[in-house]
Amino acid sequence: MAAAGHQAEEALHQAMKDNFGKYILIVDGSVPLGQGGAYSTIGGKSNLETLKEVAKGAAAIVAMGSCAAYGGIPKANPNPTGAVPVSDVIKDKPIVNVPGCPPIPVVMTGVLAHYLTFGTLPELDKLGRPKAFYGETIHDRCYRRAFYDQGKFAKTFDDEGARNGWCLFELGCKGPVTYNSCATTKWNGGTSWPVESGHGCLGCSEPDFWDAGSFYKALSMPANPLKTAAGAAAVGAAVGVAVSFANRAKKSAAKAAHETTTLPDLEK
Amino acid sequence: MGELQFLTWVRGTGLNLAISIFLLGVFVRLFEIYSLGRKKDLAEPRSVAGASGINTVFRRSIPADGMLKNSPITYIGGYVFHIGLGIIVFLFVPHIKFFQDLLGFSWPGLPSQVVDFASVLTIVALLLILFDRISKPVKRYLSTFQDWFTWALTFLPVLTGWMAVQHLLLPYTTMLALHILTVELLLVFLPFTKLFHAFTVFGSRWYNGTVNGHKGVAV
Repeated sequence: MAAAGHQAEEALHQAMKDNFGKYILIVDGSVPLGQGGAYSTIGGKSNLETLKEVAKGAAAIVAMGSCAAYGGIPKANPNPTGAVPVSDVIKDKPIVNVPGCPPIPVVMTGVLAHYLTFGTLPELDKLGRPKAFYGETIHDRCYRRAFYDQGKFAKTFDDEGARNGWCLFELGCKGPVTYNSCATTKWNGGTSWPVESGHGCLGCSEPDFWDAGSFYKALSMPANPLKTAAGAAAVGAAVGVAVSFANRAKKSAAKAAHETTTLPDLEK
Repeated sequence: MGELQFLTWVRGTGLNLAISIFLLGVFVRLFEIYSLGRKKDLAEPRSVAGASGINTVFRRSIPADGMLKNSPITYIGGYVFHIGLGIIVFLFVPHIKFFQDLLGFSWPGLPSQVVDFASVLTIVALLLILFDRISKPVKRYLSTFQDWFTWALTFLPVLTGWMAVQHLLLPYTTMLALHILTVELLLVFLPFTKLFHAFTVFGSRWYNGTVNGHKGVAV
């Protein structure tokens, strides 16, 4: 059985001491800052304290999963625990983000294998993700892309289009705005992946995907109901009617004030 | 603000604001315009073949004698970009999904390559029209700020939409958000600029046709 409790703490500190400045710190989960970090503690220490302590001797940090990388579900509105990603706490160490909810196993191992093989961190994009795995969108690598281009879409999860394996865009697939390699690496040793199993991409590896509207609304649809639109139309109509009455009053006033010119007037 | 947050804002709060201003403006102006009425024409109406409201509605879509040769870019470019906009706005599947969400019904769309082709033609036509407006001294002299502004309001949504699809210049997410933002700008300004002709063009043609028809003039 693996070490637990004090033994695990001891093993951690020993490893940190022996490999100071050389180890890779792998962080799972977001860091709650609310109530002085009291929302999540281990061995009487807040996650915030632990992270800061362990990060000190790390050569680099790998933020595993969307929570560690971008804050994840805990950071969703209204973020009651004040959750933040690792990059908001640690500013002086290189951080590799491996987002995904969960992240793809082969991507996790790929990043570590890269470091072990080359002794360097992989090339990252501006969101701190390894370009090798997050360089292209799900949509651009999707085997169902041809159906999108042909205009063939599943309209419900059990219609003919769904059975034919047509594009899931209309069912809310977020593939077009999601950078990840599910479509190429697949899951479970290459068995399948969400779109192949008939469900649209949720965009789980993108920052703030949790607050980006319904999973089942197409990207081109409004993210939220248009709350004030009907009211605005009614106000517009009311203002329009008021303006038309004002115009009519102006016209009748002009008519009433109209002075006729007579022949003697012209001869004056 | 991250890319996805930006996109979510334009799909949510921004869209709500833009559509609200758009609807408010459209209703104010439609009521204002159509409630104006006109004085009773006491002259006896003249009857001339081809002089009526409906005739003018169609006739004004056809260039007058010699005009096509005189300003081909205005006419052909105008046709191309208007028809192109119609195809892009109403027959691109993601756009149809947008209307379906608002209206509750939908219609079949075109393959994305066809819409892509229409977009390229529309962009070229709009650029040629702009070039024509700049290069012809009379047109340039007659142009006001609103003419340049409304051109940009029309052009930017097409350009950003096409660039988003083609993955040009910026990541798709950002370009898509910019595309929606430019559409929202178009919506906000449409009721208060000459772009309102989208709603009034046939009404005003009918009006002019009827007035002229009363006088026996087929224009």
